[in-house]
Amino acid sequence: MAIGHDAVLSEDDETTPLEYRHENDVLRIYGFWLFIATDLVLFGTLFATYVVLRANTAGGPSESQLFEVPIFTAETLILLTSSFTCGLATFQMHRKKHGWLSFWLVVTVLLGATFIGLELSEFITYATHGATMQRSAFLSAFFTLVGTHGIHVSMGILWMLSILYQLWRTGLNSTTARKVFVVGLYWHFLDVVWVFIFTVVYLTGVAH
Amino acid sequence: MPGYDRHHPTPFFVSGDPMIYASDVLIALTLVGVVFVLTYFRRWRWLWEEWITTVDHKKIGIMYLLAALAMMFRGGVDSELMRTQLAFPNNHFLGAEHYDQIFTTHGTIMILFMAMPLIFAMMNIAVPLQIGARDVAFPYLNAISFWLFFFGAMLFNLSFVIGGSPDAGWVSYPPLTETPFDPGPGENFYLLALQISGIGSIATGINFLVTILKMRAPGMTLMRMPLFPWSVLSASVLIIFAFPALTIALALLLLDRLAGAHFFTMLQGGNPMMYVNLFWVWGHPEVYIVVLPAFGIFSEVFATFSRKRVFGYTSMVASLMTIAVISYFVWAHHFFTMGAGPGVNSFFAIASMCVGIPTGVKVFNWLFTMFKGRIRTSLPMLWAIGFIPNFAIGGATGIMLAAAPGDYQYHNSYFLIAHFHQVLIGGVVYGMLAGMYYWWPKMFGFILDERIGRWAFWLFNIGFYVCFMPQYQLGFMGMTRRVYIYPADMGWSTLNLISTVGAYLMGIAFVLIVVEILYSAVWGVRDTTGDPWDGRTLEWSLPSPAPHYNFAHVPVVTERDAWWGQKEARKKGEIQKETRPFQPIHMPRNSGRPFIMSLCFFIGGFGLVFEWYPLALVGLVGILTSLLMRSVERDTDYYIPVEEIQHIESNLGRA
Repeated sequence: MAIGHDAVLSEDDETTPLEYRHENDVLRIYGFWLFIATDLVLFGTLFATYVVLRANTAGGPSESQLFEVPIFTAETLILLTSSFTCGLATFQMHRKKHGWLSFWLVVTVLLGATFIGLELSEFITYATHGATMQRSAFLSAFFTLVGTHGIHVSMGILWMLSILYQLWRTGLNSTTARKVFVVGLYWHFLDVVWVFIFTVVYLTGVAH
Repeated sequence: MPGYDRHHPTPFFVSGDPMIYASDVLIALTLVGVVFVLTYFRRWRWLWEEWITTVDHKKIGIMYLLAALAMMFRGGVDSELMRTQLAFPNNHFLGAEHYDQIFTTHGTIMILFMAMPLIFAMMNIAVPLQIGARDVAFPYLNAISFWLFFFGAMLFNLSFVIGGSPDAGWVSYPPLTETPFDPGPGENFYLLALQISGIGSIATGINFLVTILKMRAPGMTLMRMPLFPWSVLSASVLIIFAFPALTIALALLLLDRLAGAHFFTMLQGGNPMMYVNLFWVWGHPEVYIVVLPAFGIFSEVFATFSRKRVFGYTSMVASLMTIAVISYFVWAHHFFTMGAGPGVNSFFAIASMCVGIPTGVKVFNWLFTMFKGRIRTSLPMLWAIGFIPNFAIGGATGIMLAAAPGDYQYHNSYFLIAHFHQVLIGGVVYGMLAGMYYWWPKMFGFILDERIGRWAFWLFNIGFYVCFMPQYQLGFMGMTRRVYIYPADMGWSTLNLISTVGAYLMGIAFVLIVVEILYSAVWGVRDTTGDPWDGRTLEWSLPSPAPHYNFAHVPVVTERDAWWGQKEARKKGEIQKETRPFQPIHMPRNSGRPFIMSLCFFIGGFGLVFEWYPLALVGLVGILTSLLMRSVERDTDYYIPVEEIQHIESNLGRA
């Protein structure tokens, strides 16, 4: 809880979005943007590692032998759609439609869970064919980069569930509005990261 | 090497060395002593309510400071042990394995558990007060940062008596640090302790960047802000963009060690140089993360004790930000000998030399600040003046090392050791000690004793040169770092002995500083005005120590050196007394959860160190539960009523 100089910036101003009316919430949204900057560097480092190690298959399976176009296309479509539904949730929040907001959040969570399920089954398929993290540097880098993204998405699902609970318990106010907005930022960010995984890992991988 | 067996199964408790047993006894006695004192004086509740659960930036700063001084003691003892071993040729005071562990813990502790918390101490103590804020942007997160650092440091130090210390250098390069070459929990302690405290550091970077950008007092534009917050701003940007690289480097090495991955191994396509690159992508900005706040402190100290505005404010800001940017383009100068080729090495060599330009601007600005000023050589100023020749020598040897062809000669020699101690001690430690003396009265309400302080300064300063000047020469004579023993006919004996004498002098100086603190707590001059140094910035407008809400009225700033301006105006009778009525002040509630959550990190980390996955899982569940409980918590803040502010302010003689 920050101590703003003016705790309430614009209580009655209908033109200001709900999440931007208290200085506390403004600070937190700002802080979250900076957190995303750190996470961006984190993923950037993992991407760099992947690009350096992608050719080091040590006689094991390579990218083009592993990746299957239908699977990763489905994953991509599902995650992109979940980003859209998450945007719809924020849109409905700004229209103060509590019910629709919760509905779209639930849809987002379900799509996210489907994505995680697909990714897990992809990983298990690889592992049963002997393509484990221990097989080669390429596979270590692959599982770490894509798995880190998957853990982020899983955390996002748990986080959204907690926010859904809070919405149900306290209704829509500036605090819950800020939380919905911030988890939305997080979700869209993960979507952006996936776009890079899609291009750098999968597309260039099968093209090789 | 005799008596050196890496494949011996590691016992849980480290055994076999009388010094370790002595430490076990001392640790046990200290713990018993602490428990006894707290119980006897009935201070457990006080400890919990006033300190462990606090979210007040001033108290968190004090805890950082005390922890950093304790870590300086530990790292200092390590260095004295190393210098004792090296004092004579063919010495057998320490064995090879023990020496490996000690240079590893010395470096790691001094950078990550001494320098980092010391800058966080100064940031916490001074930044909100200097920018006219009532706390940092996220006080609860600030407490989490501190406790993550604290438990990270505890986990690291635990390795000394449980499991065994890491022994592959503070940089922990693979493939030496991979399991086949370095089994046992030592390296795991290193990786997890740094990971845990690193999370706290990232949070601190975010916290202070938001604080400085968003919470300045009305009228304090960025270019009216004192230089210390400016330096913290640049350091925060560096933390945000550099620390994630360390997070990844440590995580990948941990995956190699625990999960059998092949990022940095010699088999299955791993690439050890990838770690070296990732480490220094963080490691070089890290050097500036610790030194830029020291530059900020020097700017405050030179201006205050010369009774002048700092010379070239705009160029000071520009040079801080320039150094921050360049620091991302120099990392490969730590391994010119990797063989990246002349093109790459030239780029990094030239970028490294470029750092000298903005740094030179700063040094000249400090000198010009003193020029025609009315200089007082109080203790903070003494350390600041001592810094300048130190840093000039460190900078010159830095340029020598930055010349890539020359570096092939100096690489990993004692010349390098002398250089980075010159800039890290001469820059960071001198800066932080200057800051400690400068803000001590603001923290505790008394001034540190001048006489003992002068003895400490001169012993330290002389000891510093005696210790490190011979090491430059030893480097030229071919002595490489991390050797634990050398024969008598190398011609290194005299210089090594001199260096050891210097190290002891610095050790005595540290003890004197501790004596000075204890002496001054009882007999020190009390600071009744809140402005003992005739300061220039807003923290000196407050009583010492400041009330927990800092400013009863948020100041309105109209110029740089806001407090100096107010004092000048008051002398001319231009300023009326404060007439604004008190308003209730919005404050965060204390919380025990940052402590408990960090304890869960410690438990989980300890489980991973020994690969006890059920324990690690317990830690993880604890962390997630703490996060969730915070998310659904609603009673997080309160208002201080006007009557209470009135009461506190009139007791302080301010209303």
